[in-house]
Amino acid sequence: MRKITAREISSAVAALSMEANFTLRKDILDALKRAYSSEKAAKAKKILGILIENAAIAKRTKTAICQDTGMAEVFIDIGQQAAVTGGGLAEAVNEGIRCGYNKGYLRKSVVSDPLLRKNTGDNSPAVIHTRIVPGGRMKITVMPKGFGSENKTLIKMFNPTQGTGDIGRFIVEAVRKAGADACPPYILGVGIGGTIDKACILAKEALLRPLGRRNAKAHIARLERELKKKVNALKIGPMGFGGNATCLGVNIEEYPTHIAGLPVCVSISCHATRSATKTI
Amino acid sequence: MPRRIQLPLTTEVISSLKAGDEVLLNGYVYTARDQAHLRFVKAICGKKTPGMIKGRTIYYAGPTPACPGRAIGSCGPTTSSRMDLFTPRLLKAGLKGMIGKGSRSQDVKLAIKRYKAVYFITIAGAGAYLSEKITEAKPVLYKDLGAEAVYMLKLKDFPAIVGIDSRGKEI
Repeated sequence: MRKITAREISSAVAALSMEANFTLRKDILDALKRAYSSEKAAKAKKILGILIENAAIAKRTKTAICQDTGMAEVFIDIGQQAAVTGGGLAEAVNEGIRCGYNKGYLRKSVVSDPLLRKNTGDNSPAVIHTRIVPGGRMKITVMPKGFGSENKTLIKMFNPTQGTGDIGRFIVEAVRKAGADACPPYILGVGIGGTIDKACILAKEALLRPLGRRNAKAHIARLERELKKKVNALKIGPMGFGGNATCLGVNIEEYPTHIAGLPVCVSISCHATRSATKTI
Repeated sequence: MPRRIQLPLTTEVISSLKAGDEVLLNGYVYTARDQAHLRFVKAICGKKTPGMIKGRTIYYAGPTPACPGRAIGSCGPTTSSRMDLFTPRLLKAGLKGMIGKGSRSQDVKLAIKRYKAVYFITIAGAGAYLSEKITEAKPVLYKDLGAEAVYMLKLKDFPAIVGIDSRGKEI
């Protein structure tokens, strides 16, 4: 067994919380720059320019890219030959969140009970997703998820006889309904298949995939490209000012499903889609 | 060129602003989000209207804490439509300006027209950039709400666009 201490995990989570909030992902920054270069609509272009400047200021001054530093979602791939020592995994992750959000002057946006709504004061707990994988290492990804965009998530159980046409219309309609509320240009994470909970996690995992990388399956990759075009034809654009940049990319993850169903989840994520990863 | 506007908004300035106008806001505003709105409306119903409503401008925002040496942390707008339920009541109580992101309900549009107010939109997701347009910040009310407390902010050339003008016209 390879030992990984709870302290190592906390320290990695703390560092990743700050990195994700201060440094815009390179794939997203590059996509914003490409959108800026090709944009013809003057108002939209100006906003794209400010978003690029915003990322530079955030990185330079260690100020959060967006004030909504999110509820932290933490994805952990745990090697089956690894053992966590010196404390529990969930507590180690939450200690990392507390430390990172305090030290990084990040906003504490989590309430301890969804109905009583008292702020926990330290942004814990995180939402933790674990997977057991081969090997002896641990891959940790912190995704601070803002709720302006989280609130626009849609799920739907399609009939198994429906197909890409229906799914496509559902996704385009989800973006049309979100309008400019959730901070376009968007990154769309889509989960198709499994059970509804699986589809939701797939949609989140899709957001973690770099924008330039298409799904390995040709028919899914084609759907990703088609949907990007259709969503951009909505001409919502940054702040709703039109132009060609309503979404920077559509990432779809799929999973086997049941003969009776076709679950779909679309996670609309803002231009400040944030995540950072480290393997220990 | 964007027009420089001094806050609080005067009747003349409000009536001169048109949907789509680019402005730079200067002066004091108060932040308020969901829970503060809920408390505002309860206070108004109890005939104890808080001082930051009549004639004032509210910014839908919850900043990150300030690092040492800075006035404020990241401070961009939150989604305005979540406040739609409360806004007409605040406008009736004398609120004159709102700053946020995204569209508003029909009720809010009608109330803006009826009470001669204005809704500004600012750059969504540019919290670090906007933090440099805020020179002072202090929590003044409902401090128990933490990130959702009401802050008084001093804006300096804070960029915004008129989203809904006092005639009810939308960008």
